[in-house]
Amino acid sequence: MVWINAILQGVLLGGLYALFAAGLSLMFGVMRFINIAHGDFIVTAAYLMVAFVTGWSIHPAVAVVLVLISLTTAGYINQRILLNRVLGKDILPPILVTFGMSIIIQNALLEIFSADSRRLPAGWLETGSITISDAISIGWLPLMMFGAAVAVIGGLQLVFYKTALGRMLRATSDDPEIVPLMGGNNAHIFAVATALASLVVGIAGIFLAMKTNFDPSAGPARLLFAFEAVIIGGLGSLWGTLAGGIILGVAQTLGAQIDAGYQILAGHLVFLALLVVRPRGLFPKM
Amino acid sequence: MTSVDMTKTPSANLSMVLRLFLLAAVAGLAFAPWWAGRADLRLLMEAFSFLALAQMWNLLAGYTGLISVGQQAFVGLGGYLFFALAMFTGLPVLFAIPLAAIATAVIAIPTGWIAFRLQGPYFAIGTWVIAEVFRLIAAQISALGGGSGISLPVAIAKSLADSRAGREMVMYYIAFAIGIVSVLLVWGLLRSKWGLALTAIRDSEPAAEAVGVATRRVKFMIYVLAAFYTSITGAFVFLQKLRITPDAAFSLNEWTAFVIFIVVIGGIGSIEGPVIGVVIFFFLREIAADWGTWYLIMMGGIAIAVMLVDKRGVWGAIKARINLSIFPVSKTLD
Repeated sequence: MVWINAILQGVLLGGLYALFAAGLSLMFGVMRFINIAHGDFIVTAAYLMVAFVTGWSIHPAVAVVLVLISLTTAGYINQRILLNRVLGKDILPPILVTFGMSIIIQNALLEIFSADSRRLPAGWLETGSITISDAISIGWLPLMMFGAAVAVIGGLQLVFYKTALGRMLRATSDDPEIVPLMGGNNAHIFAVATALASLVVGIAGIFLAMKTNFDPSAGPARLLFAFEAVIIGGLGSLWGTLAGGIILGVAQTLGAQIDAGYQILAGHLVFLALLVVRPRGLFPKM
Repeated sequence: MTSVDMTKTPSANLSMVLRLFLLAAVAGLAFAPWWAGRADLRLLMEAFSFLALAQMWNLLAGYTGLISVGQQAFVGLGGYLFFALAMFTGLPVLFAIPLAAIATAVIAIPTGWIAFRLQGPYFAIGTWVIAEVFRLIAAQISALGGGSGISLPVAIAKSLADSRAGREMVMYYIAFAIGIVSVLLVWGLLRSKWGLALTAIRDSEPAAEAVGVATRRVKFMIYVLAAFYTSITGAFVFLQKLRITPDAAFSLNEWTAFVIFIVVIGGIGSIEGPVIGVVIFFFLREIAADWGTWYLIMMGGIAIAVMLVDKRGVWGAIKARINLSIFPVSKTLD
C-alpha cells in the first residue's frame, strides 16, 4: 500500500514539475533556446507572491493577478531588449546571458529577502486531504497543482493549434527566416512566446510558494527538474512534458520511499537511464 | 609550413614583446617562494588552479563547441578519488593525484557517452545533471564523511615535507606545474594534427566533417582529456584545502561559473584568453570580494555585458584590431 501511495503522490508531484517545465518547453519550441535562469524566475515569482501576501497584506487573489502580470510583462521586456539580441546560430551567448541572469537573480533575492527559507501560508490547503484508505490520501493542494498543470498544458495546446497567435508561433518555430517575409515580426513573436512562458512560470512559482519551503538558491534544482521533464517527454511535445513530469515525480517519490536521501538522485538516474534508452524522449515531435 | 619572419610587421614586433614579457613573468613566478608572502603564494596557487580549469573549459567550449556547465563533476571526482586513494591505500600524494585523474578519465567515458546524446544547450544542462548525480552519490558514501565531508589526515599532508615552509613550497610548485602545463598542453595540442582538426571544428563543424574530420571522435577525446586534467586540478585544490565536502567539491559556482567567466571575459577560443581572464578575475576579486552578493551580481553583469558588447572577449577584441599572437598556432603564408 505504501508503494501505491508513493506512486500516487509522485503522479501529483509530476503535475508541479510539468508546470515548471511547460514554460521551458514552450520557449525551446519557438526559439530553440534554453533559459538557464528559468528556475530562478520561478523562485522570483514565489518570492513576489510571498512579499505581496505576507509583506504587503494584499488579498491572495489580487496577489495572484499581480504576480502573473509582473512576470508576463517582465518576460516580454526581457526578451525584447536583452535575449533577442543574443539569439542566433552561436549557442554560447544565450547560455551565458541567462547564466549571468541566474547568478544576478539569486544574489539579488539573497540581498532583498536574506537566506532564510520562506513559504506561503496556504491555510487549510496545506493539510486538507481526501482520505481514500488508511494508507492512501490525496492532498487538496497536490490535486489542485495537478489540475492546474493539465489546464495550463491544455490551454497552451489550444493557443498553439487553434489561434492566429499559435499559428505565428508554430510558423516561427518551423522557420524563423521565412516568417518576416510574410509580414511577421520575429522580435515581437519571440517576446510574446517568452511572455506566455513567463505567465506559466508565474503560475508555477505561486504553487512552489504554497508547496514547499524555498530560498534564493532554490532555482537551479527547479531548472533541472523542468529540463528533465522536457527531455523525458520529448522535445516539442507539451503533453509529453506532462508525462515527463509525472515520470520524474514518481521516480522521486519511489526513491524517497527507499531512503529519504535517494529522492533527487532517483529522479536524475531515471532521467539518465531514459536518455540512454530513448534519446529523443517518449513523444518526440521534432 | 612556411616560416614567418617575425620582425616584418609592427604587430609581429608587439607579439614578440608580449611573449618576452610573459616569459619574464613566468620566470618571476618560478621564484615566487623567495619573494612572495604566504598569502600571496596562496593566491598564486589558486590562480594557477583556475588557469588550468579555464584552459580545459576553453579547450572544450572554445574549440569543440561543447558547452559544459558540469565540469564541477570532474573537480569533485578528482578531489574525492584523491582523498580515497591517499587515505585508504596509503599511496604517496604525488602518485595518488594522477591516479585519481586517470580514474576520473575512465569514469568520464560512460558519462560522456550519455551526455553526448544531448546536443547544444541540452548537452550543457545534461552535464550539470551528471555533476549533480556525483554530488548526491558522494553525500551517500559514509566512509568519506557523507554529506558533511571529511578532512585529510594530517600525516598525509605532512608526507609532502616536514616543515610548514617546505610543504608550502612543494604545494606551490605543484600548482605552478599544473598551471603552466595546462597552457603548454593546449598549445602543443593545437600545433599538432589534432589542432588542425580542432580549429576546423571551431570554425565550422559541418565543414570540418565534410573534409573528413571525425568530429564526434575528436570531441569525445577532448571531453575525456579535459575531464582528466580538470580532475588533476581538483585533486590538487582539495589537497590544498585539506577538507572536502560534496557541496564544495561539486560546486557549480566555484568550478564552472567562475571558470566560464574567466574564459569569456578573457576571450574564448584562444590560449591567451584564459590567461588574461585569470588576471582580470583575480584582480576584480581582490578589489570586490568584500562586497559579498554585489560582487557576484557584478560578475553576472560582466558576463552579460561581454556577450552584448563583444562576445570574443578582451583578447578577441584586441586581436580583431591588431594581429597579435603570443602562442602562435596558425600557419600563415606571407
